[in-house]
Amino acid sequence: MNKRQLLVIGNGMVGQRFLEELVELEHDFEVTVFCEESRPAYDRVQLSAWFSGATADDLALGSVEFFEQHGISFLCSEAVVAIDRGARVVTGSNGTQYSYDALVLATGSYPFVPPIEGSDREACHVYRTIDDLVAIKASADTSRRGVVVGGGLLGLEAAKALKDLGLETHVIEFAPRLMAMQLDASGGEMLRSKISALGVTVHTGKATQRIEDGSSHRHRLVFAEGELETDLVLFSAGIRPRDQLARECGLEIGERGGVVVDNQCRTSDPAIFAIGEVALWQNRIYGLVAPGYDMARKLAAQLCGDLTAAFTGADMSTKLKLLGVEVGSIGMAQGGAPEYRVCSIEDAGSGVYKKLVLSEDGKRLVGAVLVGDTSDYDALLQYVLNALELPESPISLIAPASGEKPMLGVDALPASAQICSCNNVSKGEICSAISAGCTTIGALKKETRASSTCGGCATLVKQVLDAELKSQGIEINNDLCEHFAYTRQGLYHLVRVHGIRSFAELLSQHGHGKGCDICKPAVASILASCWNDYVLDPRHVGLQDTNDNFLANLQKDGSYSVVPRVPGGEITPTKLLVLAQVAQKYDLYTKITGGQRIDLFGARVDQLPAIWRDLVDAGFESGHAYGKSLRTVKSCVGSSWCRYGVQDSVSMAIYVEERYRGLRSPHKLKMAVSGCTRECAEAQSKDVGIIATEQGWNLYVCGNGGMRPRHAELFASDLDDQTLIRYIDRLLMFYIQTADRLQRTSVWRDNMEGGLAYLQDVIINDVLGIADELESQMQSVIDTYVCEWKRTIEDPVALKRFRPFLNDDQPDEQIVYVRERGQKRPARADEKSPADVLETV
Amino acid sequence: MQNSTQWVEIGALDDLIPGTGAAVRVEGKQIAVFRTDDGLFALDNRDPFSDANVLSRGLTGDIAGRLVVASPVYKQHFCLKTGECLEDDQQKVQSYPVVERDGRVFVAAVGEA
Repeated sequence: MNKRQLLVIGNGMVGQRFLEELVELEHDFEVTVFCEESRPAYDRVQLSAWFSGATADDLALGSVEFFEQHGISFLCSEAVVAIDRGARVVTGSNGTQYSYDALVLATGSYPFVPPIEGSDREACHVYRTIDDLVAIKASADTSRRGVVVGGGLLGLEAAKALKDLGLETHVIEFAPRLMAMQLDASGGEMLRSKISALGVTVHTGKATQRIEDGSSHRHRLVFAEGELETDLVLFSAGIRPRDQLARECGLEIGERGGVVVDNQCRTSDPAIFAIGEVALWQNRIYGLVAPGYDMARKLAAQLCGDLTAAFTGADMSTKLKLLGVEVGSIGMAQGGAPEYRVCSIEDAGSGVYKKLVLSEDGKRLVGAVLVGDTSDYDALLQYVLNALELPESPISLIAPASGEKPMLGVDALPASAQICSCNNVSKGEICSAISAGCTTIGALKKETRASSTCGGCATLVKQVLDAELKSQGIEINNDLCEHFAYTRQGLYHLVRVHGIRSFAELLSQHGHGKGCDICKPAVASILASCWNDYVLDPRHVGLQDTNDNFLANLQKDGSYSVVPRVPGGEITPTKLLVLAQVAQKYDLYTKITGGQRIDLFGARVDQLPAIWRDLVDAGFESGHAYGKSLRTVKSCVGSSWCRYGVQDSVSMAIYVEERYRGLRSPHKLKMAVSGCTRECAEAQSKDVGIIATEQGWNLYVCGNGGMRPRHAELFASDLDDQTLIRYIDRLLMFYIQTADRLQRTSVWRDNMEGGLAYLQDVIINDVLGIADELESQMQSVIDTYVCEWKRTIEDPVALKRFRPFLNDDQPDEQIVYVRERGQKRPARADEKSPADVLETV
Repeated sequence: MQNSTQWVEIGALDDLIPGTGAAVRVEGKQIAVFRTDDGLFALDNRDPFSDANVLSRGLTGDIAGRLVVASPVYKQHFCLKTGECLEDDQQKVQSYPVVERDGRVFVAAVGEA
């Protein structure tokens, strides 16, 4: 039987989300996607980021790999020119015909350009696609001043783009205030004054009549009253649904445009569906992405047989940052009905305006406006969405922080309350995940996807988590162990601030009891991160965990493995020969590691010093495979040899490995450097991944492989060598300072409130003002590096501990090996009976 | 009981770093000797969970008031005084008498019950 044909016209944000939702479900469609643009879907919401450094790749949402992986035919640069509903056939722009059983219109919208004479002159643009951005940038290169026509949400985004391009920026708005759709008069005025203070000139109540030749600039905009000269014009005066195809094939269209759909996103033809900004639901076009995503989700479910899936409207509340100014609008922001009551506060000094719209009896909140400070947004939104009863004095909800602000008890929220709007996760779903064992933010994010997109609901998710744990009688105890009533971060600060140099000192001043195998290694690691003293110093040796204790990796039979450092995985034949000779001399089982090094197994504790004397003599250093510290920096061969390499990845890897070798941290650290975007070093699976670009290096952070693989995230792009190293210095030291014991960077990042953006703020923008301190702390660790093994083999006191027995030099006779594939391996219990022993070491 | 004990000198107290253990051989037995702030202790060096002779290399400390060593292999805790395993009451290692006289350490290879 032939599969049913599903055609999707349009690969914008909503079209792409529809495909993602569809492939998550069991479906039996053969899917074909028409994409008129020359690239798969990208994030239009973040368009202005392109001007501040993000590349088209960074904005990408869809990818050729996605389509291939899911068997979707992706027709790039191909539009649809006609739909024949009778024959159920569409015609593509290259003339090919495609038949369908179901057809999805996800054609989106186009920017509305007001009918103004001269609007088609050169350097007059719209702001919708990446191609538009390329054209805007080209025009901006020959411009000094730019004007945005339209002072709505998108217009202000576009104004940021012009400002980032270095143009003197003006905004022209026809209405008497900015963001007329979302704000009231006072809110609009406050926004205007804040934006003006940032150097953007705002002109409201201006209707542009024509654009003509300017005298000091390229154009002159002529208004009903007055005029303004400019070199570049950006139209951002709203959107119109792209319903042309639907009109031509006779589908029902709304009076003011838009393809009419029902709750199932079905058009007047039952085989054709429309989602996103082209769809007109109950006479409304939703110009935000979240409702579009909701339509995509519901339609995918419905096509896969869930007949109950229905789109039932969306809340249009928004919270965003425009030109750095926080703006929030909830529900009936503009008051609406006359019986509503209003209370507001306005502080011109700090530039904050907040308004609440209350029901007639004053008991419910129906809307709110926030300008300059949106910290109350989440709580207020919950009051509106769940019709919660307000506290006695509602104004206290928005009053400046006085410590008396009534907390919105998450207990008051019904289970159906939506906590994460990006991924539509309710309080009930979060609570059941908690009951099922997700007791950390990280685990909750993975399980429910809550707070994993924009992160705006992180505080709320944490509150739900804490409240739920409390109500389930689970006490939240972040103490390191019974000996210290502090978190690891707390202990780190005590050590740093009070200059504590030993465990005994820390325990007597801030702990109790004698310590244990939890706190001792944790404190040893903190002491090493702060002061970098010799780990086998008599003060510290009793603190070291299994492997650090003898500077080697303990194996199941009590023997150890040895991993010398091979920086960047580069090794001369001579040194390789040394490793082979050492392995032969001590009969060590030899294996290549995943980190481009060589692991030598089966060394008894008493053999370690001799092995290392040979290795150190040949120029090897400790590889710290035994430590919670930097392991390897893997690299590809890079531009020295590779036909495709664009940077010298090996030199960078060696530099980085030698810079951070020996650095003790809350958990092991792995890094990699790739010499081009093909990423042969697999840097995106590392704590720190560095990938070469034509311009420099892209830095990826907080990835790992292992039990719970996590891709690293792009942290910063096209960095020069110095900036790259500076960011890594800061990042690692910040991690060392704030992470929990044995917490990899991935989990640390997942649990971080504010997510990647916060981390970028701390590391790149230095919002905490600690960057210099972090760098100098790192520098002192680097400056005090000593190879632990070189030091140990020269230290008679330390060497004493490596004797097999205090009173006897005969090695442990119970370490027994058999041979397999030409090498030794530990004998199993059944192989240890005297008759079977092939060899006793 | 100690009257009938055969004491074997295993070395100087100074050879034991405070807070750590060391392996010794007494009458063919591998024994782990620990030096703590609360005195000396001796247990079998063999960890019953891994069957490796490693307890002398474990971390010492206290858990809920009991002095313990943690096996470096799978991290079970053994009471330094009795050899009992805190995680598994089916497992126990032998403990031995150990004393210090004039800076020298003596162990008796006779198990304490």
